[in-house]
Amino acid sequence: MPTADPTGRTVLSADDVRRALTRIAHEIAERNHGLEGVVVVGLQKGGVWVAEALAAVLHGIDPSHPVPVGSIDVSFHRDDVGLRPIVPGRVTDIPVPLDGTTVVLTDDVLFTGRTVRAALEALHEYGRPRAVQLAVVVDRGHRELPIRPDFVGKNLPTSLDEQVVATRDGVVIR
Amino acid sequence: MKHLLSIEDLDREQLVGLLDLTDHMVEIGQRPIPKVPALRGKTVVSLFFEDSTRTRTSFDTAAKRLSADTMSFAVSSSSVNKGESLRDTVETISAMGVDAFVVRHKSSGAPALITNFTAASIVNAGDGWHQHPTQALLDCYTIRQSLGRRDGFEGVRIAIVGDIRHSRVARSDVQAFAMLGAHVTLVAPPTLLPPSVDGWPVDVSHDLDAVLPDLDVLYLLRVQRERMDEALLPSMAEYSTRYGLTATRAKRLAAHALVLHPGPMNRGIEMVVDPAELPGSRILEQVANGVAVRMAVLFTLLGSGDQGLKGDV
Repeated sequence: MPTADPTGRTVLSADDVRRALTRIAHEIAERNHGLEGVVVVGLQKGGVWVAEALAAVLHGIDPSHPVPVGSIDVSFHRDDVGLRPIVPGRVTDIPVPLDGTTVVLTDDVLFTGRTVRAALEALHEYGRPRAVQLAVVVDRGHRELPIRPDFVGKNLPTSLDEQVVATRDGVVIR
Repeated sequence: MKHLLSIEDLDREQLVGLLDLTDHMVEIGQRPIPKVPALRGKTVVSLFFEDSTRTRTSFDTAAKRLSADTMSFAVSSSSVNKGESLRDTVETISAMGVDAFVVRHKSSGAPALITNFTAASIVNAGDGWHQHPTQALLDCYTIRQSLGRRDGFEGVRIAIVGDIRHSRVARSDVQAFAMLGAHVTLVAPPTLLPPSVDGWPVDVSHDLDAVLPDLDVLYLLRVQRERMDEALLPSMAEYSTRYGLTATRAKRLAAHALVLHPGPMNRGIEMVVDPAELPGSRILEQVANGVAVRMAVLFTLLGSGDQGLKGDV
């Protein structure tokens, strides 16, 4: 059961997050009939730890197909460039050419979908993946674009003024 | 940040912020499709009242990689030859809808003056003997990258050699290198030094051979041949003998020392040895980094919101 937390309401514990990621990893392997050609790319900044955690589980599922892990900074593809200050994260790191691969984009919290749209556009500067799939720890709703996740840790109804924080240590609503 | 007119307009945090942003722009340049949509719908006009192929091309490439529209306006093909004033020229082009002017002018202060005639951002691409801030930024970036000094240039020894007096590159570089903490020595014959270096954060020497072995960076300036007519130099051969980078001098450089030059190079005068045979030469890296640095500047002025690089998302 969620426990009371002075800094917010805990929705998922660290164990819950770990189990959700394990399930998602198996779903990824199932959907793609194995891990051949799968690349995991984390959306900066919040999706990077998700990509690393997923890749670790995927490695346990099938050590014979090491999954390359990258991260992508979408600052220069955002639709609000010039409207507010933009602080780029780490430099984008795409470790392999993406032509013909299956890219699993990861993020911590899926909200409006605008960051994912920017990422889809940015990805295509690195090649033409066979497919792009989206894995998120939490889907909090309030989409503003026709984007849906392929793999979800938890669907979490929220109001617009709430903040959702998802880390390895758990998921908290403030 | 609205304009980039001079290195003096920046503080250290902003300077480092631009260099950090340049890392991202370098990565964009390495993508199979090296173009991002960040400045779609923005118009960048090059307004060059003085010849320059490389700087104009570099800015043009930078703007295009950010998806800005570009227009180029060279003095030889313009109404300036028909007597149009600087103000009228700027106001006329500005009326077409311009977000940034990249300005080069033979008169110091022209880019600053232009800020009064337009609402667009102004980037100084070189004005008289005054400033060439994007050159200084790309020089800082090249040194930071080559020496692995992201934290700053404390303890780095840099000599700038040549015609300091008439060099906007030297003025911008001295300020930027010193802001990052480097120790800067100017090396030149007395006739090619400014009348006074009071207030410049530098040492001065007339003897290249004395400073050479201790350097981390040797920065050679272009000797402008027209200085011969002004009798500031007895002969090119003598300049070359005393201040040129010869094979003998190259051997006395430290193994890790870098050699930089803003171009265009005079082979056989300041650059006697073939730079292709200099392991420390970063001259081509400077050109490549120039595009990335100018992308960072254009993005900061036009795409980063009113707060510039500061503030959180």
